[in-house]
Amino acid sequence: MSEAVVTRTPAWKLALIGVGKVAPVFFVLLVLIVWITILNPRFIEPTFFLNFLRRSAPLMILAAGQLFVVVSGGFDLSQGSLVTLTVLAGALLAFGDPATTWWVILVLYGIGLLVGVFNGSVTSFLRVPSFITTLGMLLTLKGIALLWTGGAPRGSLPDNFRAFGRATIDDVPVLGRLPWAVIILVLLAAFFIYLFHRTVLGKHALAVGDNQRAAALAGINVHLVRISAFTISSLSAVTAGILLGGFSGVSINVGDGLELEAISAVVLGGAALLGGRGNMPAALAGALTLQALFTLLNFLGLPSPLRVTVQGAIIIGAVGFAAWRAVRAGHERGA
Amino acid sequence: MHRLLTALTLLFVLAGLTTALAQSGEFYDPEQLAFELAAMDMEPEGPEGQPWIQAIAPEYIDTSEYATEGPWTVCFSNAGVNNPWRVVGYTTMEAEVELHPDIATFVHVDAEGSDNKQISDISGLLASGDCDILIVSPNTTAALTPAVEAACEQLPVIVFDRGVNTDCPVSFIKPIGGYAFGAAAANFIVEQLPQGGNVLALRILPGVDVLEHRWAGAERIFADAGLRVVGAEFAEGSNAMTKSIVEDYLQLYGTIDAIWMDAGATAVAAIEAFEDFGAPYPIITGEDQQDFLLKWQEEGLTAVAPTFPTYQWRTPIIAATMILSGEDVPSFWVLPQPVVTQETLESYIQPNMPPLHYALCGCEDMPGFPERWGGR
Amino acid sequence: MSTRVLAPRRSRRLRIPIIWWLLAATFLIAWLLVSQYGRGDFVAPSNLNNIVERSTALGIVAVGQTFAILVGSLDLSVAYLISVTAVMASFIMQGDPSRVPLALLVVFAIGGVVGVTNGLLVTKARINPLIATLGVGLILRGLLNASFQNFAGSVPASFQYLAYGSIGPIPVPMLLFAALVAIAALTLKRTRFGAHIYAVGGDRATARLSGIRSDRVVIGAHVVTSMTAVLTGLYLASRLRSGAPWIGTDGVYDLESIAAVVVGGTVLAGGRGGVLGTVAGVLIFATLDVMFNQLGIGSYTKQVLRGLIIIAAVAIYAYRSREVVG
Repeated sequence: MSEAVVTRTPAWKLALIGVGKVAPVFFVLLVLIVWITILNPRFIEPTFFLNFLRRSAPLMILAAGQLFVVVSGGFDLSQGSLVTLTVLAGALLAFGDPATTWWVILVLYGIGLLVGVFNGSVTSFLRVPSFITTLGMLLTLKGIALLWTGGAPRGSLPDNFRAFGRATIDDVPVLGRLPWAVIILVLLAAFFIYLFHRTVLGKHALAVGDNQRAAALAGINVHLVRISAFTISSLSAVTAGILLGGFSGVSINVGDGLELEAISAVVLGGAALLGGRGNMPAALAGALTLQALFTLLNFLGLPSPLRVTVQGAIIIGAVGFAAWRAVRAGHERGA
Repeated sequence: MHRLLTALTLLFVLAGLTTALAQSGEFYDPEQLAFELAAMDMEPEGPEGQPWIQAIAPEYIDTSEYATEGPWTVCFSNAGVNNPWRVVGYTTMEAEVELHPDIATFVHVDAEGSDNKQISDISGLLASGDCDILIVSPNTTAALTPAVEAACEQLPVIVFDRGVNTDCPVSFIKPIGGYAFGAAAANFIVEQLPQGGNVLALRILPGVDVLEHRWAGAERIFADAGLRVVGAEFAEGSNAMTKSIVEDYLQLYGTIDAIWMDAGATAVAAIEAFEDFGAPYPIITGEDQQDFLLKWQEEGLTAVAPTFPTYQWRTPIIAATMILSGEDVPSFWVLPQPVVTQETLESYIQPNMPPLHYALCGCEDMPGFPERWGGR
Repeated sequence: MSTRVLAPRRSRRLRIPIIWWLLAATFLIAWLLVSQYGRGDFVAPSNLNNIVERSTALGIVAVGQTFAILVGSLDLSVAYLISVTAVMASFIMQGDPSRVPLALLVVFAIGGVVGVTNGLLVTKARINPLIATLGVGLILRGLLNASFQNFAGSVPASFQYLAYGSIGPIPVPMLLFAALVAIAALTLKRTRFGAHIYAVGGDRATARLSGIRSDRVVIGAHVVTSMTAVLTGLYLASRLRSGAPWIGTDGVYDLESIAAVVVGGTVLAGGRGGVLGTVAGVLIFATLDVMFNQLGIGSYTKQVLRGLIIIAAVAIYAYRSREVVG
């Protein structure tokens, strides 16, 4: 329960204290951005940097949702398949008709809610480890998406649906073209930081992940906390799916592998897998770091396959470093 | 920590060794390339307007030894229906089966993209003893060879799409091939850029032979024409990754004159990256997916679309009925492989079909069109 | 979890583990459904043979994965290690029987290095196994794709005996797989290493206090896992006559081996379970596979059912064992 400070401190201050403790990811992010800028000075021009943020928004939102599950001691491997289901189902339901957008979005969040409650309930009441529950859902949701559409995308997302992930507000002073996705990202990031660091839900999630029995004895409704965490994760996956479908259009592999990227991002941000430790700004920065890494590797002109190797080495290195620091700082469990 | 470093060092030494051992250019086969380029200009034999029963320079073989009375059981070992191309193809194949009342049972087993599973699937089909004939769409060329050889000993075999390294199948059916695909796209770009320019090649994955042939067919044409290939990137068939890569290259180079693609599913995402960046449209090569053709028409793009036609999924069923009736079939059945150009674009556009429907399915007159293919 | 209190192990006398009931039930249901609605004879010897044939590749690596999971770890790098092995083996052999020993030496060395690396990352560097082995998997994948684009070389005809030979009526791969399972089961039940694996997986801190060098046990378990991945790679190279860089990932051996282990009754948190359960888990998957084929069920439906079956199977264990889970 190291992070769960009991005294009433303003949310931003609390977040900052947390940042101080898990800072390495911000340092890594800074190094990457400076490096990219050296290779390509235009990268930090507002328009291009905002473009980069737009591209990163889906993974950052996924990471934010994943963090709730991770700190409460679980995994959500079903995020990627839920993203795919969101995009495929969205296109099928909307069939390119702009008039349908709002109720389609409502239906998609309804699906997300069902998935989250299912994941949380199976993990809580049937006591199936979340790794297995969500691994099963990874297969099932992708299967449902393919079954529903017949294996290939059908219909399309109307322009007003795609606007969330794709459109920009032009001629904004200083910033230039401001993508909607970035506005959504900023609002959601603020919301997630508040939810995680300031509300009872965030503290309880940490407590459950740190020591479930102690949390239960302290009167925390462990089941409710866990179901909430999975629901937040699933709803964030639907949000990411809406943004990603908007950004890039419809395809059957849109969500493949995103769950592992989100978990990597959260861990890069200093969260301990199996629970009890985590920080929202750092997790968001972890996702941004991963995206910056992909971009840097693009710019470095390394042979494509070797980029994967570098990515693997850096994830291990960063997490290893964080674990080493955590151990030195007296946490018993690494990362 | 010390031992950890030692182990990692060892791993990297091993890695370096394998990299040093690696050979490149294993996909370049000048003979096959020459054959395919020649085949693109040949007039196919067979009825006009039904390319799935046409054949280029066919050599017929006698199949009377396989003739049996109907009704037949036709078995099909499928590599998978794991991408839209295969979905359209398999839907077309099922519709073709319905056109042949003599096929009483059509058994389909799906290997879900795994070589190992497909080998088991084939041995399961052989063991069941139900099949009169076996159609195989191999997941990979080399791996399925032993299984197909074993099948040839028991019953007539038809192979299509990817090949196998044995000539035991009665008939091997495929369109002209990947080299011709890649070359058609590259030649178009070269013609459009007489003064030279920047070309970005967008590819799916390394190591898939069909796709490697396409790149091998294009690479040398760009080099000979003196075009500058600024990058050949693998986007893993992902729209988002395609868009990100194109954005990054636009930032780096300011302009990209042409995009060469080894498959068209992500072509629209690449075009959208130019729109979002505010850059002029590039010369682009795609494939016969409806979303790309529609975009091409709407925006008046300078584009070309080589194809790997999905109508090839009709041919194996037709060949199966011919073989079981004892009729002569081409032993190496090369199907025509049209290229969609500005002149023919109009005739391939079907706005009522799904975005990733392949225009060259040859399925417009089949039972259940268009609903069965997801159209309206 | 270090804070978990180790549940007292119940005596196992004369109780058939529930996994075997599940396997029997799966088999009976499949038999019933296929004879009612499907095609072919489900219990024909050739069909039973096919079920075992389908189990072999996944079964070998799942036996190894059991070791990693028993010590409270897991290994996501096996799929790429399988690819590396198959490609390196056939690349070095180049169809020449005299080069087989060299190839075996190299691939087992690679397997050893990967296993030790995984183990060290998990123990000494204290990186969560999911992230550590995911990272190692990415490293292997990149190196492999940078070096090989396609099938490289081939295995000599004599090496294919491994996958296609038979002694009397029994196929060689089945015999080898049975031998591997027997060795693994005996190792877990009868050796000190096996006892330590259960102790460390049950509670690492207590194990350490009782004098077990738990890091070594975890590293040892990871080496076993990697070695079985190497064996699967060799089996696949023999079966496909050549190795390609995608055969490990195409078979989804990473997630499927973990699924088979937990469906087989081994607890994901470690400390309880065994290889026999894993074998039953793998057989369940293969039985379902054959059943789906004979009923003509499409691959998307298969995927949905597989996902739900994994959840349901583990829910049954959890319900029976009343174990606290994370």
